[in-house]
Formats: sequence, structure tokens, C-alpha cells
Amino acid sequence: MSKLTPQQDARRNRMGLLARANPARLAQIMPEMPKHNVLRAPETGAVMVRGRTGASGAPFNLGEMTVTRCTLTLEDGTVGHAYVQGRDKDHALRAALLDARMEHGDAEASKVLETLRLEEIARRQKRAEKAAATKVEFFTMVRGED
Amino acid sequence: MYVATKGGERAIEAAHAWLAEERRGDPAVPELSLAQIREQMALAVNRVMAEGSLFDPDLAALAIKQARGDLIEAIFLIRAYRTTLPRFGASLPIATEDMAITRRVSATFKDIPGGQILGPTFDYTHRLLDFKLAAEGAPVPTAACKPADANPAPHILALLDRDELMEPLEHSDATPPDLTREPLEMPAERALRLQALTRGDEGFVLSMAYSTQRGYGRTHAFVGELRIGRCAVEMDIPELGFSVEIGEVELSECETVNQFTGSKTEPPQFTRGYGLVFGQNERKAISMSLVDRALRWQELGEDDTGAPAQDAEFVLYHCDNIQATGFLEHIKLPHYVDFQSELELIRRLRRDAKAPQQEAAQ
Repeated sequence: MSKLTPQQDARRNRMGLLARANPARLAQIMPEMPKHNVLRAPETGAVMVRGRTGASGAPFNLGEMTVTRCTLTLEDGTVGHAYVQGRDKDHALRAALLDARMEHGDAEASKVLETLRLEEIARRQKRAEKAAATKVEFFTMVRGED
Repeated sequence: MYVATKGGERAIEAAHAWLAEERRGDPAVPELSLAQIREQMALAVNRVMAEGSLFDPDLAALAIKQARGDLIEAIFLIRAYRTTLPRFGASLPIATEDMAITRRVSATFKDIPGGQILGPTFDYTHRLLDFKLAAEGAPVPTAACKPADANPAPHILALLDRDELMEPLEHSDATPPDLTREPLEMPAERALRLQALTRGDEGFVLSMAYSTQRGYGRTHAFVGELRIGRCAVEMDIPELGFSVEIGEVELSECETVNQFTGSKTEPPQFTRGYGLVFGQNERKAISMSLVDRALRWQELGEDDTGAPAQDAEFVLYHCDNIQATGFLEHIKLPHYVDFQSELELIRRLRRDAKAPQQEAAQ
């Protein structure tokens, strides 16, 4: 894949963040749904998840996951896409709308993303801290005297 | 032979109504919610996702509720549901080295970069029933926390690989075969075997793995690394022209280090077994890696000892519990015509057997 532009990179990051977001939380912090036209109505399907043999060898099919996708435009024609984990159609619709609003340069939309981003960091940090507490600290008992 | 029979409709309806009532159990006991199953029966949910071959905790919880806790029935429901979904595509191969680790242990090295992390494990518990859990309304338990360092946790086998002690892995981006699209045929390449094993019945794969430990196709496995945690799933999006993360899945991964391969011209190297499973399920991941290794005897130039775990056809054609239960349970369905012909046959045989005796008696 060729190198992404900063705009593409930003879009990639926010689509990932929206895919992982909790649907109920997204609806809570983004209750409003500005006018839009749905190009591809939210549709649930499966994506085959692949792993690699021995973690770094040839790919193999691990199993599927549910994904819901949606494409829409704002009134001015700005297109928004979403591919979100799970089967929540409202989640996909909101994520596509937020993507379009970001493409449009909507400052309110970037606040929603920032909230999601900070909450995700906090959630991951919490898990990492619990894991760190279970890290084994080996010590060796020395026998004899020399 | 099958023939359509009529007349059971009312009985079937009544049976289903009774099933629904039994599923609910005593109405005086509060009904289970899907969230309760998802949160408090998480390992059952994980097993249904792994063997149902569909990562969706809420759906797996629903299947468990509908199946009254019969996990194979729940897996059946998930397998049936997934056939109704359009396939959007395939992900890029998951980079398990970037896993957000909740558990990671090595049985081969004590001091490893990134450390040994026990995570939420049953290991070291005393397996004594905890009667405190029988009482409701106990205070919510809290896990200990410690500042997390950002030290990377590379795969341990990659470290052995660096010293050329491991058999090399051939890196490729070839499209793997998919047994949900093409029937499983022999000989099955390793990618196909791994797909069959990861969705295979946990009990079957465990027993096969155990048989190798007991000497039926012994592989001398060490758990080089076992890691559990969340991994990002990324997919190319055609309408954008680049890939995005479409979610996260929890995975259990096991890499084994096994005894050697080598020849007159090649110095000996350790060999590998690999297991990767949806959800937190290390028993399955370890089992899978042992069976994967046992099935590799041919490519590693080992002897066929006739052990069941070395027989790809035996293992792969019998590890799927939905195929197995479907074929097994169908024999309880009406076979009246089949059996009628058996009855006629045995009567004729008995008649023929008796006839000479009667002739002799006359």
C-alpha cells in the first residue's frame, strides 16, 4: 500500500476508533443526527478474520466476526463511511455521520471523537495496569554462604 | 432411505411449547439476561464463538440462553446464523505481536522481555468450591493495579528464531483455503488444518493432544509462549483505497517448541506447533498447537507411527462437533422403511437357516 496522506491517516484512525466504540456511549455523546442522505443503508455482514501460521508465516482463516457498514452524505454532498464491529445499525449510521462531519471540518464532531479517544485510552490503561499487577517478579533464593 | 411422514405436527408443536417452558425454568426465579450470560459466563461465550466460528459475544450469549446451556446446540445456532450473513471480505492477517496482553506465560524461559503476566487465570487456585459465591449480593471484587510499563512483549519464538534455533517459517500473503466455502479435502495443507482445528470441538482436540503426550505420536512439546489479549482486526476498504480497523477480538495464542528436525546437510532446529483461538481459551489453544505439530509429521520427515493424532483424515473429519452431532443424532429420527427392509431380511435369513434343519428332521 502506498503511503497515506495526513487526511487519509486521520480518517483511518477515526474509523478505527468509531468501529471499536461502545454503541450506547456513542449515542449518548452524539445524540443529534444532522440531516443526511443514506447512500448505503446500514447492512450487517461477516468478515473472515485471518491469522498467520506460527504468528508470522502464511495466512489461515481463523473465523468470522460480525460487522455493520453504512455510507451516507451530508446535505452538501460530503461522503461518510463506517465499518463498525457488531450488528448495531444505529452505531454504523452514527459512525458514518461522524466520519462525514469530520470530512466537512465540523469542530463539534472532533470533540465527540476526542471524548471517545480519551475514554478508550483510559479503558486500555486500566486493563494494562491490572495485567501489570499480575506480572511475576522472580527472585532466587541463595543457599549456603560464600 | 427417507420418506415423508405426516401426523406428528401437533405433537411437535406441543413439544416445542414445553421446551420453551422448560428453558425458562421456574418462573419464580428471575430470568437470565444476555448481558448476564455475556459478562458472567464469558468462557462459555468464548467457546461458542470459537467453535461457532463467529466472533460476536452478544449473539453467543443469545445462543447459550436459547440452547438452555447446551454449548454444542448453541454452536449449531451460531453456525446456522452465520450462513445468513453476506461476507464483506477478509481481514488482513492479525498481528498478534501487537496484542494488548492480559496473560502471557512461557514455560521455556523465566526471564523474557515484557515479563510473565499471569492475568485472570484459574492456575494456582485450589479448586475448592467457594461457597461465598452461593450467597448473592457479595461486594464486587476488584483487581489489583500497578503502573504499566510500555515495554514491548515480542514473541519468544522470534527470539529463538533470531539465533536460527527454530525451523524457519515461510512468510507469505497467499490467500488461504476456506473450508466454509470449499469442502474439506485431503491432503489438507497446514492453513486448512489450522482452520479446522480452531473451530473444532474443544474436547476432541484436547483428547487428541493428550494422546500425543501419552505417546501416540509424541512430539515433545514445550509451551514456548502462551498469550491472551485483544488484537485489532484490520480490513482493506475498497471504497477508500486503504485499510481501517473494523474492531477488536480477544484471542488465545500458543506456540510450542518441539524436538528437532535436521539432516546430514542441515543442522538440527526446533520445530513448531501453533494454536490460535477466539476468546480466552488456553486449553484449546495449547491443544490445537499440539495437534497441529503432530499432523506435521510428513513435512518434517518423521515416521508415521499410526497414531490417531498423526492421521489428518481422522482428526479433521471428526473434530467438527456440528457435523458429528448432526450425523450422530439423525439416527434417532424415523428410519421406518430402512428398518422394515432389515426386518424382512432377518426373517428370510432365519427361515433359510431353519429350512435345512426341518428337512433333516423329516
